[in-house]
Amino acid sequence: MEHRIELPLTREKAAPLAPGDTVYFSGALYTARDAAHKRLVDLLDQGKPLPFPMEDSVIYYVGPTPAAPGDVIGSAGPTTSYRMDAYAPRLLDLGLRGMIGKGKRSAEVVAAMEKAGAVYFGAIGGAGALLAQCIKAAEVIAFDDLGPEAIRRLRVKDFPVVVIIDSKGNNLYQLGREAYLKTLKVPDLV
Amino acid sequence: MRIIEAQEIRDIVKRLCIEANRNLGEDVRSCIREFRGRETWPVAQDVLDKIITNFELAADNQVPICQDTGVACVFLEIGFDVHIEGDLPAAVDEGVRRAYHEGYLRKSLVKDPLNRVNTGDNTPAMLYLELVPGDDVTITVAPKGFGSENMSQIKMLKPSDGVEGVMDFVISVVEAAGPNPCPPIVVGVGIGGTFDKAALLAKKSLLRPLGTVNSDPYYAELEGKLLERINALGIGPQGFGGRTTALAVAIETMPTHIAGLPCAVNINCHVARHVREVL
Repeated sequence: MEHRIELPLTREKAAPLAPGDTVYFSGALYTARDAAHKRLVDLLDQGKPLPFPMEDSVIYYVGPTPAAPGDVIGSAGPTTSYRMDAYAPRLLDLGLRGMIGKGKRSAEVVAAMEKAGAVYFGAIGGAGALLAQCIKAAEVIAFDDLGPEAIRRLRVKDFPVVVIIDSKGNNLYQLGREAYLKTLKVPDLV
Repeated sequence: MRIIEAQEIRDIVKRLCIEANRNLGEDVRSCIREFRGRETWPVAQDVLDKIITNFELAADNQVPICQDTGVACVFLEIGFDVHIEGDLPAAVDEGVRRAYHEGYLRKSLVKDPLNRVNTGDNTPAMLYLELVPGDDVTITVAPKGFGSENMSQIKMLKPSDGVEGVMDFVISVVEAAGPNPCPPIVVGVGIGGTFDKAALLAKKSLLRPLGTVNSDPYYAELEGKLLERINALGIGPQGFGGRTTALAVAIETMPTHIAGLPCAVNINCHVARHVREVL
């Protein structure tokens, strides 16, 4: 099933999404990866404000290449998500509603997602040139010193992602593989 | 004795770093297209189509294929009859520095593995030097992303584990990696040597053009068997299910100790970058 969603991602918009669904996001996404996540959690520990509102936000795990002159951004595909698992539950508890990355998530993250009504999306790994075409503006809003790991606000138009884990914990990696393997089995003769 | 200036190597390294990151080799392109033709699972077909569009777009617009422009792995095979004038490692690093700056490639290296501060220029290169007969210098640049590098493993098997032990280990590494390393992947396997040599063999096997096999028929057959077993796992492109989990398995071997059977698995994503130039 296909969905077109205007960001931010409310609980109501997230609820009907199911594994394997394609979603086209438009609006503002926030980027953060390893070092930025560590700093966000450090800010929370110190009781300081975060650089962007967590409630109903979607974080894209990406460290883009630098923009060439005249371009908005360089290549910008997803990075592997499990490295953010140590930090994600803290952000989900604050209302983070979506994460875009690639690869598996821990049981703790999935449990926190169910509580938050949040969804985990996959963008195609390695397809950074293609995905960059849906990014219309990019602006560093925090941690400029982290270079590719700085937090950016991206304005996207029809940014394509696939639902990997829905807000009930259903997982495309498991379901897709099982469905495919079932097609290989010889059907029972009647 | 042939004399080569280090700065000549610097300039080639620079050019190859940019080239590798923008233009996927024809060997990898045709391999992906071939697997797309044989894929039967619609979701997997769609992912492979997007992967093909992506590398075509990167080449047309001369932008990086992937945002992880990697650590610059530079392999230099230097002829015995060559004298290189100048500081070679410094020249290689300078080539990398210029490429990553001028080519708008991502600087992904940190100075210290624990106190992580970006070096700002993607240096140092991971430099491998080898002496070979003749008076040529062969330069291979292979930018290596860490989504796949992180999924690599090494195991010191016992001689009694034999070929079955090797196969089970390779499959277990691919299975554990699942969707994380951006499948379809290329699986580099190093067997033999010591702990460190096995890892280097695995990395070097990733430099082999896709579509070529080990020159020893025994290992060529093993590569085929492993590829078949991996593609029966059903992980598929991006882990969404399908036949195309791996594009190739490449094995490299060397002699080892009577007590051991080191086996290393170095995984590469579908953006299997490697360019070579002979000077």
